[in-house]
Amino acid sequence: MTRVITVIGMLIITLSSCAVYKQPLRGTGDLAVIIEREQASILIADTSRQSIIKRINGFGDLSHASVVFSRDQRYAYIFGRDGGLSKVDLLTQRIDKRIIQAGNSIGGAISQDGKTIAVSNYDPGGVKLFDAQKLEIIADIAATPIAGKNSKVVGLVDAPGNGFVFSLWDSGEIWHLIDHDQLTKYSHVGINPYDGLITANGRYYLAGLFGEDGLVKLDLWHPEQGVSHILPDYAKDDPKMPVYKMPHLEGWASTENYFYLPGIGHHEVLLVNKQDFLVSRRIKTYGQPVFVMASPTEREIWVNFAPPNNDKIQIIDANTHQISKTLDAGKGVLHMEFTPRGEAVWVSIRDENRVDIYDTQCNCVIKSLPAHKPSGIFMTYRAHRIGL
Amino acid sequence: MAILFSISLQPQAQLTESKQQQLDNLLKHDCGSCHGINRNGGLGPSLLVSDMEKYSLESLAAVILNGLPGTAMPPWSDLISAEEARYLANRLKSTQD
Ligand code: HEC
Repeated sequence: MTRVITVIGMLIITLSSCAVYKQPLRGTGDLAVIIEREQASILIADTSRQSIIKRINGFGDLSHASVVFSRDQRYAYIFGRDGGLSKVDLLTQRIDKRIIQAGNSIGGAISQDGKTIAVSNYDPGGVKLFDAQKLEIIADIAATPIAGKNSKVVGLVDAPGNGFVFSLWDSGEIWHLIDHDQLTKYSHVGINPYDGLITANGRYYLAGLFGEDGLVKLDLWHPEQGVSHILPDYAKDDPKMPVYKMPHLEGWASTENYFYLPGIGHHEVLLVNKQDFLVSRRIKTYGQPVFVMASPTEREIWVNFAPPNNDKIQIIDANTHQISKTLDAGKGVLHMEFTPRGEAVWVSIRDENRVDIYDTQCNCVIKSLPAHKPSGIFMTYRAHRIGL
Repeated sequence: MAILFSISLQPQAQLTESKQQQLDNLLKHDCGSCHGINRNGGLGPSLLVSDMEKYSLESLAAVILNGLPGTAMPPWSDLISAEEARYLANRLKSTQD
């Protein structure tokens, strides 16, 4: 009898000491943040168990939200449309800090050393830098004014040397910022750069142009050479179609020898040779590409499309450069995120209120998670990638 | 309030409820990708009721159908009818949600 009591007593002690931790210990390297744009909430998901851990509310306006992660993968920094910058603790699943840093904002980046968060703003147009821990402001860089308003800033990425590179939509410039205060400006780069990307090694910054064909390239190993215009007239004889949604270049596709880029205003993905930056093929697609994402295995490229063609996904085979499969994914396919080693890809289907998890062997849905009007999906592996 | 609402919907009496819902969704998400989900602005300017005063219903519907050439505002005439554009114009001029 006393034995039994002792055992029960020990059990109680063990249980209550567990309760101090509230949750079991866990890592954060397999987590994802899913944006629920309409109700301004996020979901924290576990990509190993393929389940939702928690919904967190109260992010203001999350239309066009994006996320970067602290290098320890514990914190997610969420950039909202309304200028909100929120630091979320993925372990305790709470908002650690939240500020409104501008009136209208488009995205952000984290520095190479993880100490600085940069946010790109539409209103007032410019970039602000914050201390990543406390979200205290470090620098406020106003963009070039055009007709009395600062130019909108797009395509902000982190760059080696603790730098940031970004493009100015209205004034047609690319700015390279190092150490919070050394600013190099490249002007007259082209009409209306709409987004930018940096290659995985941090060498090339490419900005897509809306107002003219082609892209602008900046070689950060040779900044003295200035910017150059690439693919200037690959489509000069084809009429441009109306663009109902700006393509995204972040999270763009690159394989051994090629870049795959969305052909803005055209139903095509451009296959661009990495050596000479020339278009080697124009791959006809079902609609105007929005995201063109390579699997980490680089064997296939998944593409989604602008409205009204946002109900399908096409898969390009990296061997043949042909479309190998067209998936009837559902209405309002907004985003696709591969797991770090590419065994699965998570797809947000906005109008059907779910996130589908595809197995990349069968290209079939293995699980659906309910989500309210989901848009961006961001996995914590991004913490360790330049440009994400 | 209820009376105002029904009056404002009258020009679109022919559109079915599901079509209206579809258009509301388009306004929120597809226009919203450039103008903000709450129409507070983004790459395109804010489209609040007060911003729309400068347009008549018909001229606003025309901007939607034809776009603003030379800018990133696309023409929507391939995707929506004149009547649907008028429905959107009416929503822009009358309701904020
Ligand atoms: C791809 C981006 C984009 C999309 C999508 C878009 N717009 Fe626009 N829109 C713009 C831009 C940019 C402007 C400003 C053009 C300028 O004057 O420079 C604009 C301007 C306008 C204006 C004129 C505003 C003013 O104050 O004069 C109206 C009205 C408008 N858009 C309505 C709509 C509606 C309704 C939709 C959806 C059916 C829509 N837009 C979708 C980019 C977009």
